[in-house]
Amino acid sequence: MNLNRLFKPQTMAVVGVSLSNDSHPANVIYNKNHLRYKVSAYAVNSKGGSINGENVYAKIRDIPEKIDLAVIVTKAEIVPSIIAECIEAEVGGAVIISGGFAETGLMDLQNRLVSIAKEADFPFIGPNCLGIYSPPLMDTFFIPSERIVRPERGKVAMVSQSGGMLVDHMLKCASEGVGLSLAVSIGNKALIREIDLLRYFRDDPETEVITFYLEGFDKNEGRKFVLAASECGKPVIVLKSGKTPGGTNAVKSHTASMAGNYEVFSAVMAQYGIVEATDEYELVTFAEALSCYKRPIEGRMGIITSSGGHGALATDTCFAHGLQVPAFTKEMKDGLRNVLSPAIQNIASFANPVDLTGSSTDDDFIAAARFLSRTDAVDCIMLLLLPYQPGITMDLGARLSLVHEQEGKPLIAYVPHIEKYSMLVEGFMLNNIPVAHSVEDAVHMAESIRRYKAC
Amino acid sequence: MLNKEIREILSECKERGWVMEPQAKEILRLSGVETTEFIWARDVQEAIRFANQIGYPVVAKVVSPEVVHKSDVGGVAVGVSGDEKLAEVYTEMGKIKGFSGIIVEEMVRGIELIVGMKLDQQFGPVVLLGVGGTAVEIYKDVALRMAPILERDVDSMLKSIKARPLLEGYRGSEPINIEALKKMLLAFSDMVMELGAEVDSIDLNPVICNASGCVVTDARMMLAK
Repeated sequence: MNLNRLFKPQTMAVVGVSLSNDSHPANVIYNKNHLRYKVSAYAVNSKGGSINGENVYAKIRDIPEKIDLAVIVTKAEIVPSIIAECIEAEVGGAVIISGGFAETGLMDLQNRLVSIAKEADFPFIGPNCLGIYSPPLMDTFFIPSERIVRPERGKVAMVSQSGGMLVDHMLKCASEGVGLSLAVSIGNKALIREIDLLRYFRDDPETEVITFYLEGFDKNEGRKFVLAASECGKPVIVLKSGKTPGGTNAVKSHTASMAGNYEVFSAVMAQYGIVEATDEYELVTFAEALSCYKRPIEGRMGIITSSGGHGALATDTCFAHGLQVPAFTKEMKDGLRNVLSPAIQNIASFANPVDLTGSSTDDDFIAAARFLSRTDAVDCIMLLLLPYQPGITMDLGARLSLVHEQEGKPLIAYVPHIEKYSMLVEGFMLNNIPVAHSVEDAVHMAESIRRYKAC
Repeated sequence: MLNKEIREILSECKERGWVMEPQAKEILRLSGVETTEFIWARDVQEAIRFANQIGYPVVAKVVSPEVVHKSDVGGVAVGVSGDEKLAEVYTEMGKIKGFSGIIVEEMVRGIELIVGMKLDQQFGPVVLLGVGGTAVEIYKDVALRMAPILERDVDSMLKSIKARPLLEGYRGSEPINIEALKKMLLAFSDMVMELGAEVDSIDLNPVICNASGCVVTDARMMLAK
């Protein structure tokens, strides 16, 4: 099934636009695409007519252009006939926003859709979903455009069974500066399922990291999913809901009672190098880190800070997450001392974490990062930066990024995410260095790079 | 393809829904998974003759289609030390519901592990390794992997269980034969893949490991409905 016209349409028909109620979901979708996106959008209603002076077409085939994507926002019972109409008009694919299918017990109606589409090799997303967010081309979310928070364009693709969760993840992406290539809410996933999207994003040159919010797989579908994910060559991150166990059978083997659905899920994800997030914050954090670094680390952290407290907290958190903070040899400590400015040589601590103290300057951070980049004792460097420290300038992010570019060792920064310090954050982000909003978040980033196993 | 003998045992047990210990051990043996030396004795003389052949002390366990968890009904006797004691155990177990003879087997000492399999709805066959014995579900010190497993999966399973130091020789005890355990897990994984969707779950519990090797001392297979 070819999903290109579905995800990257030049033309769109919104089916079910109301002639009298401009806040109808179909009208919201039509208006935003018509006025704010690149796609050419057309309104369809079987009655024909016009809204806001624009033509409303009675049939898809009446539209003068060939349609790539049909967005269907009608009553459930007429959706099969509209799908048939799409197939006849050679539409590239559909997003079925309408609810009222399997989720309300109408399995037969949903099955009818699937069989019509399968026979014609016609792809559709949904039903019962928000559909596709693919800026700057288009989006099918029935959220008024002034209310949606738009993450920047980037390299992360998000797939979610739940539309509400997806929008929530997008908000968090926007606030963390994580850019999206595409986001899809798949709802009842009657035809196009997680594994189809995994394959699509594997081949999508604009996507580097793929995230999924999952509720559950069908029989043996999980097996196919992990095998495909482990071979896709891009980091895959999952967040699973429904972790609590259901009912139990009377007589069970010990194995069956200890290998509950979630225990198995979690173990199998780790076995295949798929990074499991435990909440939505981790999902976004992991996506940020893995869109910067794809080569796994063992997790030997070198921590550089100007505050002993931050260093100690980061060390504790690293240990709690299975990362190491190796002690430095006397030779290393002496070497490190020699590259720092004389002003701090007698007051800084050269153990790991390296505490440069509040008297340090940009140059000290750069010298220390470069020194640790060149030692095998650590394979990832964590920089805990306090922008209110007098010796630090807002240019430090960009300057430290250059160290990574030259030396190649992954750097992870922590900078408080306050508007005032955004210049410092930007210096890192522009250079593809992940910046965490808390010490713990920085540790999560390192953990995700350790857990991803490239094939 | 499943071995003909294995297929016969499975079809024989189909109605009951699970495979009793002696038959489960036969399937394991046919699949290259090492088990204890045992006999399924249908009368007391047969039990005594075999016990003398392998030497006391021995283990005696009830065989009954009605009993899935034997120790819950007093169906396991360890360290049975002579003919008289064995005859006593035989009579006593004869009172258990569905009594169909006893297993007499060698006594093996070592660390008790559990090796298991479950047919997971989403992922298909999954293999488990952990600390065994009757308290497995209390400690829940287990590692799970989707089958088939590779050698690197076996290594990571061994690494992930908390009881790993016990396997490596804790406080002066001898380390177990890790190679034998690895070999068993790989053979078990192959067997599980061969059995496919016919078996719903398997407990090999305990698998006893010591410096010389690893053997399955008890086994049970629940068939798929």
